[in-house]
Amino acid sequence: MEEKILLSVKNLCKWFELRKGLFGKAGYVKAVDGVSFDLKRGDAISLVGESGSGKTTLGKTILRLYKPTKGTIIFEGRDITNLKSKQLLEYRRETGLVQQDPYGAIPPFMTIRRVLEEPLAIHKIPKPERIKRIYNVLEEVRLTPVEDFIGKYPHMLSGGQQQRLVIARAMILYPKLIVADEPVSMLDASVRIEILTLLKELQKKHSLSVIYITHDLSTTRYFSEWIYIMYAGNLVERAPTKALLKNPLHPYSRALLNIIPDPDAENRFKIKDVPPGEPPSLVNPPEGCRFHPRCIHFKDGVCNKKVPEEIEVEKDHFVRCWLYD
Amino acid sequence: MSVRRLKETFKQLLTYKSAVAGLCILSFIVGLSIYAVIAIPYEEAIKAWRLGEDISINNPRNAAPSWINFFLQKKLPETIVMDTSKTGSGARKVKNFPDTGNIGVIRTEFSFEFSYDDFPSEINLFLTAKYNETAPYITIDWTKPNGAIIRLKEMAIKRTDRLYISIDSELAKKLRSYLSEKVGQEIPYEITPQISLFAVEDESVLKPETAQVLKGKYKMVIEGILFERESDIDSKLVVYGKVFGLAGTDHLRRDLMIGLLWGAPIAVSFGVLASVSISFLQMIIAAVSAWYGKWADMLLQKATEFNMILPFLPILMMIAIFYRLSIWVLLVVVIALSIFGSGVKTYRAMFLQVKELPYIEAAQAYGASNIRIVFRYMIPKVLPTIIPSLVLSVSSFVFLEAALAILGLGDPVVPTWGKIINDAYTKGALYQGYFYWVLEPSFLLVLTSLGFALLGFALDKIFNPKLSEM
Amino acid sequence: MGKPLLEVKNLCTYFKTRKGIVKAVDNVSFYVKKGETIAVIGESGCGKSSLAKSIMRLLPRNIHTYKGEIYLEDKDLMKLNEDGMNEVRWKKISMVSQAALNSLNPVIKVGQQVAEPLIIHNGIDKKIALERAKKTLSMVGIPETFADRYPFELSGGMKQRAIIAMALITDPDIIILDEPTSALDVLTQASIMNVLKTIKDKTAKTFMFITHDIAVSSELADKVAVMYAGQIVELASAEEFYKTPLHPYSIKLMASVPTLRADKKLEFIPGTPPSLIDPPKGCRFAERCPWRFERCRDEPPLFLTGNDSLVKCWLYESKGRK
Repeated sequence: MEEKILLSVKNLCKWFELRKGLFGKAGYVKAVDGVSFDLKRGDAISLVGESGSGKTTLGKTILRLYKPTKGTIIFEGRDITNLKSKQLLEYRRETGLVQQDPYGAIPPFMTIRRVLEEPLAIHKIPKPERIKRIYNVLEEVRLTPVEDFIGKYPHMLSGGQQQRLVIARAMILYPKLIVADEPVSMLDASVRIEILTLLKELQKKHSLSVIYITHDLSTTRYFSEWIYIMYAGNLVERAPTKALLKNPLHPYSRALLNIIPDPDAENRFKIKDVPPGEPPSLVNPPEGCRFHPRCIHFKDGVCNKKVPEEIEVEKDHFVRCWLYD
Repeated sequence: MSVRRLKETFKQLLTYKSAVAGLCILSFIVGLSIYAVIAIPYEEAIKAWRLGEDISINNPRNAAPSWINFFLQKKLPETIVMDTSKTGSGARKVKNFPDTGNIGVIRTEFSFEFSYDDFPSEINLFLTAKYNETAPYITIDWTKPNGAIIRLKEMAIKRTDRLYISIDSELAKKLRSYLSEKVGQEIPYEITPQISLFAVEDESVLKPETAQVLKGKYKMVIEGILFERESDIDSKLVVYGKVFGLAGTDHLRRDLMIGLLWGAPIAVSFGVLASVSISFLQMIIAAVSAWYGKWADMLLQKATEFNMILPFLPILMMIAIFYRLSIWVLLVVVIALSIFGSGVKTYRAMFLQVKELPYIEAAQAYGASNIRIVFRYMIPKVLPTIIPSLVLSVSSFVFLEAALAILGLGDPVVPTWGKIINDAYTKGALYQGYFYWVLEPSFLLVLTSLGFALLGFALDKIFNPKLSEM
Repeated sequence: MGKPLLEVKNLCTYFKTRKGIVKAVDNVSFYVKKGETIAVIGESGCGKSSLAKSIMRLLPRNIHTYKGEIYLEDKDLMKLNEDGMNEVRWKKISMVSQAALNSLNPVIKVGQQVAEPLIIHNGIDKKIALERAKKTLSMVGIPETFADRYPFELSGGMKQRAIIAMALITDPDIIILDEPTSALDVLTQASIMNVLKTIKDKTAKTFMFITHDIAVSSELADKVAVMYAGQIVELASAEEFYKTPLHPYSIKLMASVPTLRADKKLEFIPGTPPSLIDPPKGCRFAERCPWRFERCRDEPPLFLTGNDSLVKCWLYESKGRK
């Protein structure tokens, strides 16, 4: 059985220029600094990290909303790193974006029909086909009866319904890859599961690949085959979901798993072990392993001098840490 | 941006009393405009305004509006026109020729009732004679209600002749001595014919303030001798009043209603066109500047800043002085000078915020082009917010045009409210007591501005809800 | 110490809006003992923030109804006039409000801001207040040298700690925390919770912890109150609640929280919470409840179950009334 690789990212870097005055440069914010991985058709990755880890930037760079500074992105065998205009437009047809803020992601002055028609119009889908697709996609996200919703405006929908509309819009061009950037963090707890379940269904039904960006590790075990942990612009660990949750290797991953609470009355009696300090500056990241200032296993001379390579500790379970050299 | 949204907005608007007042005022003004355009087509209006005197020869000069009589104890006279060429106007003409010979007699009689409390402002007699070689010879007699008959003139007439009875100094002297004799005293001032011909012939006439009108039936008889059989005389006697129509007249006898009516569509269209064009163009410039950023942004902003430093009104006035612009060219100049104005800065700030909204990024993700994003995603979002300021600025453009006209820099031909005020000012209306001449156009100007202002403020409360209260 | 420190009885807070009257807090009653932490759990729009503001009497202009009883150590706060309430606010009850990260004045140094409540409410001398501020800052884990810095120099986590320090400094009896960690990262959140746990341990402070995150609430709660559509539907001890929630809403809510450690089937609640304007008659959750029956057409009272737990649901009628 040939497992098709949909997306291949090699050494991807995205640096943002810090401007000084009109022409001067004061350095770069190295938001994504050397990320490599492969994504199979139909697989979902949970890209987990805190704010400033670069996960959102990575997702958006893969969608070519940002232009990569270094490295390559290969999509279905084509190098899309430097695509422009028409070819870029074609790439956009194969990808979709679901954003964090459901209400902000929809133009408030457009009806649902118009919202869904926009991508179709841009990609010159013939008119008779358009209404068919709109109906189909609204049924798939269960915004039914469709006739009720078609003429409504976004503010008439609940948060959950708005997010379903956003998903519908991302699906309407039948993409192969969806990047969902914290798709449920602005929704109520009881609605989150609904949306994530929907995404999972769509993923299975259409063999979609999903990069699910989140800071909430607890949701990952239900919705993705892989977990990738990001810290300060690097992928520090990646593994199949069950493997990572059972056996986290990187000290940062361990800390995350340790401190994320489950509802338990005993929690209030225990002080958690939190790695001291703050995430590093991305302008001047620490030398060597970027987590070393906060790591309890810090080895002077090693961790602060050389960037650790990615090592496969068990099958498909990769980690960047000198502990496993 | 649909019909439904408009309906919702309209309903909300009606909950504000100020908006309802504004809408009423504006519907009135728009009503005036529509009426003006239908009742007096543009060409006619311009003609009437330009040619003034010639067309409105039957109108009195500087007459007050006739409804003013409702408030006065001393009723001011209306104009009485008697024309032999028009039946039923109080003029009678009888031509008599003997069976043989070429000499005949024509007798024209003008009779009218005059029972106003004040004297006419002017009296003119228009004569049109038809003849081949020999002009007719006429005598003019005037009969007052008290039976007195005064011989006014004896003369030969030309093909068209006008007797400006009220400013005929010879006639004035003649009438003065006639009255002095009647009263038994020398009349100490230069009494005008329109007073002497209508005054009560007693001591009251010795002072112009005390002169009384002799009410009753008056007659003017013109006896003419015709020397050819085909000769004829048509005459028109106009006894000009001191009130006229709904709005009065100006120094060129023009019915002010023409100017007032036509001022409405001109003011409104100037204001609305200026406001809408400038707002939209500024918005587009701001959107392009904000979206494309970098060089485009820098260039457009520098151009805007440069233009903002230039003094708008003085430059506009200079252009108007040098070039005597028509109102529509003036509109274009105003727009051209305004588009790189402060609105660009304000809108740019709004667009910079809109640019960061998630749905813009989403649009990029599904492949929307830059133009599409600017025109279909950013501008529609900002559009509702600019509508209040758009409506409010209509007032200022209406006033701008009026101000230029008042200064004499406006369109010399088109009847606008500002032009009327300018005429009034240059003719010293307020010194002469012709208050209506200034008040009527001013009132309409203020009313129009008020209407737009009330509507604009209410719209502001709807579209920018942070200013409204719960 | 059996007597409650804070007791709320039949609190009603309604707001006037263009669309109607919003019954944000509708007949809410509960109590908290000294040194206890009560977590108020609910989703957006359930009225929990309004509850906090009602206790502090921080009411907006469009207030329609504000009645009930709020006893702080035997004194009914509702009977106080504005001056009397000013003596209570911040001195006896302080609050850390939602999105407090933005409530730090960017042009005033951190130490000064933390000292401000002392200067304003307790009338303490500036120098002494500043010293106390520095001590409070170190209690929340910020080095004393940071007192001289401006807010923009602090990270999100530090800003939140500074704000907690501001709420602590006047040594109030109760601190209300309204979503204190929702804008923060997981690690920062954990360290803030550590800070709160330490303060709770060392000073036996009483906390009212408002959040939508059930998991985080278990980090501090001794007692849990679940709010739905402006009402409290369940009130239980932490041990009872996190193991076996009773009210159908609590059960469904718990079932929708993904857990890292336990393997469970996740469920979601179909539908949306009712509007607080003209809420439905009868049980407000009935529409979305899989166990509803005819009784639910009437509004259930709070039933006492076991030891001190209250559930607003007809399914527990047999357990008796409160």
